[in-house]
Amino acid sequence: MYTQALDAQPGAAGADDAEQQARLARFQERIDRDEKIEPTDWMPEQYRHMLIRQIAQHAHSEIVGMLPEGNWITRAPSLRRKVVLIAKVQDEGGHGLYLYSAAETLGVTRAALIEQLLAGQARYSSIFNYPTLTWADIGAIGWLVDGAAIMNQIPLCRCSYGPYARAMVRICKEESFHQRQGYELMLTLARGSAAQRAMAQDAFARWWRPALMMFGPSDAHSVHTAQSMRWKIKRFSNDELRQKFIDATVPQAHFLGLSIPDPELRWDAASQHFQTGPIDWGEFEAVLRGDGPCNRERLAARREAHEAGAWVRAAAVAYAEKHPEHAPAASVG
Amino acid sequence: MTEDWVLYEVFIRARAGLEHKHVGSLHAADARMAIEHARDIYTRRQEGVSIWVVRSNDIHAADPAEAAALFDPAGDKIYRHPTFYSIPEEVKNI
Repeated sequence: MYTQALDAQPGAAGADDAEQQARLARFQERIDRDEKIEPTDWMPEQYRHMLIRQIAQHAHSEIVGMLPEGNWITRAPSLRRKVVLIAKVQDEGGHGLYLYSAAETLGVTRAALIEQLLAGQARYSSIFNYPTLTWADIGAIGWLVDGAAIMNQIPLCRCSYGPYARAMVRICKEESFHQRQGYELMLTLARGSAAQRAMAQDAFARWWRPALMMFGPSDAHSVHTAQSMRWKIKRFSNDELRQKFIDATVPQAHFLGLSIPDPELRWDAASQHFQTGPIDWGEFEAVLRGDGPCNRERLAARREAHEAGAWVRAAAVAYAEKHPEHAPAASVG
Repeated sequence: MTEDWVLYEVFIRARAGLEHKHVGSLHAADARMAIEHARDIYTRRQEGVSIWVVRSNDIHAADPAEAAALFDPAGDKIYRHPTFYSIPEEVKNI
């Protein structure tokens, strides 16, 4: 999902003495009792490390995810669509902040995480390295990309780490409109002219497979899933979530009159699931490596925004230092 | 490395009559900016009618290492709860 690359990372060193083993066992018991872990509680270094990476990747995804949609704000076809798109992109910025804040409770600074992103050392979801070529892409992103994100994020609301779980609750609440506005946009196109229907079909055809890849590599190749599930960071495997998404989305596509760009897609009566053709994991790996259609453009845009905003941040600090009395109008009461 | 602005904790009163509740944190250059950011980030859907911001460094917290000493003693004082006392069913309004 937003943290696909985690699945490819090697594990950290295990505990090597009896006391450490005992602490690990007590920690696991807490997790097994469904207790939440809070920032000041003892936690294994590998747990902390996995969480920082996962939350940071998720945060970066929210921030980079503003770019493909931001691309269409000035060209939205109506004022209604424009305010909706602005509200959605603004939400994504907020989600990035909630997540950076959650990561900071684990002892890393946001500045360090952003530095890693800008240096090209951090990962974010592969999906945001695809271009938004037409207005229908905005509908496809809301419906498919946010739909897939919600599928992944709802179980994260029950994640064992308190600050991450709380951030996810807030995000899920806000995100439910994102998917619905996207589907409504697609519905409008699907009920429109032949050109509009073709535009919807084209966008769907381009986003369908990248959306399926959002859930990360198949379980067989997902190194971290087992540990992550033992610690209740992750509640469902990549393949389980992907299947859930496929089963939910195929009927929605049919309702729109869209054809699924997969000749092998079929309903399997025995398992009661839709089965898809193979996913091109070579493409997925290439995009994660930095060779997707827009990787360089996305990072360049983030770097430019960061550098061009430097004087604003410096001015705010200078102003605050110059006006220490610049307190809010009211005192607490 | 660019340094982050100061970290503030944000508390929101959902509506008059309710307490301010911790909702999260954010970075800001000063308190006014912290309130403005909190307004943009935490009240986009009418979640609040009032905002408090506090520098995170100004919050003093109980030491988690002392949690057992602080909180366990309350565990066996069940007589502090109304359900400890049994009252005959015939007795009403108590």
